[in-house]
Amino acid sequence: MLPPFTSAIAANRFGLGARPGDLMRIGSDPVGWLEAQLEGTPPAVVGEGLRSSGDVIAQSLDLRREIRAARRSAQMAGGGDEAAVQAALKLPQLYRPLYMAEATARFRQATTTDRPFLERITQFWTNHFAVSVDKVAVLGVAGAMEREAIRPRVLGNFGDLLLAVEQHPAMLLYLDNYISVGPHSRAAEFLEGRNAKRHLGINENLAREIMELHTLGVGGGYTQADVTAFAEVITGWSIAGDEPNLLARLSGRSGSGELADRERGKFLFRPELHEPGTKVLLGKHYRQEGIAQGEAVLSGFAAKPATARFIATKLCRHFIADDPSPAVVDRVAHAFSSSRGDLPTVYRALLSAPEAWAQPLSKYKTPTDYIVSTFRGLDLPVGDGRGSIAAFEAMGQRTYSPGSPAGWPDRGDDWNGASALMKRIEWADAVGQRVGGRRDAGELAPQLLGQTLSASTRTAISRAASGAQAVTLLLAAPEFMRR
Amino acid sequence: METYGRRQFIKSGALALGATLVTSRVAFARADSGTKSRFVFVILRGALDGLAAVPPYGDRDYAGLRRDLALHAPAVLPLNDLLGLHPSCAFLHDCYTSRELVVFHAVASPYRERSHFDGQDVLENGNVRPHAVQTGWLNRALASMHAPHGPERERGVALGQNIPLVMRGPAAVTSWSPSKLAALDDDTLQRIADLYASDPLLAKRLADALAADEIAVSAQSMAAGMVKTSTASADSHGDASNSAQEAALLAKRAKSGAHYVEVVNAAAGFLRREDGPQVAVFDTTGWDTHANEGSAAGQLAGRLAALDSGLRTLKEQLGPVWANTAVVLATEFGRTAAINGTRGTDHGTGAAAFLLGGAVQGGRVVADWPGLSARALYQGRDLQPTLDLRSVLKGVLQEHLRVPFDAVENSVFPDSRNAKAVKGLIRT
Repeated sequence: MLPPFTSAIAANRFGLGARPGDLMRIGSDPVGWLEAQLEGTPPAVVGEGLRSSGDVIAQSLDLRREIRAARRSAQMAGGGDEAAVQAALKLPQLYRPLYMAEATARFRQATTTDRPFLERITQFWTNHFAVSVDKVAVLGVAGAMEREAIRPRVLGNFGDLLLAVEQHPAMLLYLDNYISVGPHSRAAEFLEGRNAKRHLGINENLAREIMELHTLGVGGGYTQADVTAFAEVITGWSIAGDEPNLLARLSGRSGSGELADRERGKFLFRPELHEPGTKVLLGKHYRQEGIAQGEAVLSGFAAKPATARFIATKLCRHFIADDPSPAVVDRVAHAFSSSRGDLPTVYRALLSAPEAWAQPLSKYKTPTDYIVSTFRGLDLPVGDGRGSIAAFEAMGQRTYSPGSPAGWPDRGDDWNGASALMKRIEWADAVGQRVGGRRDAGELAPQLLGQTLSASTRTAISRAASGAQAVTLLLAAPEFMRR
Repeated sequence: METYGRRQFIKSGALALGATLVTSRVAFARADSGTKSRFVFVILRGALDGLAAVPPYGDRDYAGLRRDLALHAPAVLPLNDLLGLHPSCAFLHDCYTSRELVVFHAVASPYRERSHFDGQDVLENGNVRPHAVQTGWLNRALASMHAPHGPERERGVALGQNIPLVMRGPAAVTSWSPSKLAALDDDTLQRIADLYASDPLLAKRLADALAADEIAVSAQSMAAGMVKTSTASADSHGDASNSAQEAALLAKRAKSGAHYVEVVNAAAGFLRREDGPQVAVFDTTGWDTHANEGSAAGQLAGRLAALDSGLRTLKEQLGPVWANTAVVLATEFGRTAAINGTRGTDHGTGAAAFLLGGAVQGGRVVADWPGLSARALYQGRDLQPTLDLRSVLKGVLQEHLRVPFDAVENSVFPDSRNAKAVKGLIRT
């Protein structure tokens, strides 16, 4: 027998915030409502101006070539690099509208979807495999990574999701792996033989973050030697681009150094950059050659108990409480391991845990949660996205910009600062002013908050000086700040 | 670096000062309980490359490890024959010359792995392990200090929307960040405050926000009256950049400089108030230079220039309060001694840290330089740490904020007995 606030938990904590009528639809079967959202293919996100990452990166390569040419001619002209500066600005000019289109499409999807649980799951994975657009190189492709690598696989197997993300150009750009070179690779040895000035070697950024943040977790029992070995394993995981003649020659590809257009900008394994030989990781020997070695290691990581536990802890923290009980983490981790990473099985384990339904309002909303739930609850139009995207930034959670590969933090204390609360209240006030009397907060409050609506909030709304103020009070209410 | 006698040179100064301090401190303890002292803690998130910010240009192994990213005389701003400051750090070098800066090198927290996030956790929680506690050392230090007379007030302020771990804990602290939206009308605000009456967390946060706004508004209006030139210096270094991409970063750099100005103005506004918080914290990001780090010019140079100019603004804005101020800049760990395959550096161990301010007994380097030979490197790859960052922080807390010895040893930095406080860091 579930307590009466479970429909509000389903819509607000597992979903992205109730829309008017949702709680009625959920009724007495919150688990059924959520599980139904796990059926069928995940919907694709569509929107104006969205482009594939390969397309965007291919265009950026053209621009880079123009920039190099402009720089060269500026140098030859002696000083006066105004033209070169203008050329360099072309990359952000390419990326910025793409970023806006992606952020807007994502926001529209969140505010309008009928499968908000699935959408929250998607957001969870995007944050788990975070890239951050404060690195300009991914500004134009962060959204594409979510659409291409993550969305289609959130109802599949964790191992497949992991592989798709780690081979996505946005991730390879963000964590520098596309230029990581094995010290004994053909490319490095060739240069060594010519006593070239340029020094080629590994960059362990992606390797470390895969182990620490994507799979095993920081206590997952690996050492620096494992990180270094793994970095060698994934040397050559790169992006097809303009082929310097050297690489083209070493790889035996076309002598002109050009790749077919359909390949440029996409994931490319470059054997000439790959560190050859058997690698030892976590005590296991990997004798595969080439790309298969990295794929074997990743699937090994996906199967480790440490990974199951790490993912389960994060899921429980996100969907249940800041400090989930060990019992519920065990249960979800067990579901992960015993199903070999079958994600719907893992989600169902979350839903079937009694802890998930015991306590309403156990999570403080992030700014994204707050803005999205407001738009859903008040049925606000996303429009061209500009105003609403700015709100994310003002409240400290600019879309696709967590600032680090760890993603956004997921505990109340990370979001409930005094200044952060003030920003939220000020925004709630601006929303109230904007919708004015066109929304009836008194009627909406029980529809959005259900049994979690408190008597004091109900009274405050009913005594508000204006319709606008009533909306502000609803949005500022303690129960709307949480989920 | 035997010719240098580095151990003696660096340590003798500190020891001699420590001796004088023992006597003077007794006298001071009563006259000044430390309430005039101001402390700013700046977290450099992402692992600042100490071997670029404070290049050991006199170390014979340095140039080989850093290859064409190595910094050399005369570009390096010299501290001594071994160490110098990055060319972007003109203000820090001025502080060094005017004896208001101590540079620490080969310094590290007790954390010895290479995760940013755990490293930052240890940097902030003051324990030997990540996630050991949910409070920060600076907050615990504030909590152990005698509360000033009169009504309970905020002891510290975090410049940002939320409070970082280092400032979380039992002592009352607040956060502040600039707002772009119009102010709420008082009636709505009052109703929201009433709504929070039965919600202790939100009630507290709202009250804190209102109090902080009041201080910050007056600070900003004061700052607006002063002539500001500090963003200009963000671009004055990094001689004639010949890279167009670098040039394109200028706009971004100026923006980050401007960001510091706003944060720093607000911090100064809080700290200038006689009844305001004694401690301010803010953090900076973008130090995780895995690729194309740059050298005298480039990515890291731009960030250092912006930080340097932000610190200059802080000094200007604090005015006379600068004389009572100590600022610590610290990062979670250093970066690899050698450059990696992508003209950057990976996560390392030993790092650099800075202590500056009018209250600082500066003009010194405190570093037991371990060298950069293959055998001297930690795990064959990183600068070997020879100084515990807690030793620096303990020294500052005791001498500057007058945090009692017992509290520093027990509640602020538990399990730190082997990290003895560095003495003589603060003017007496």
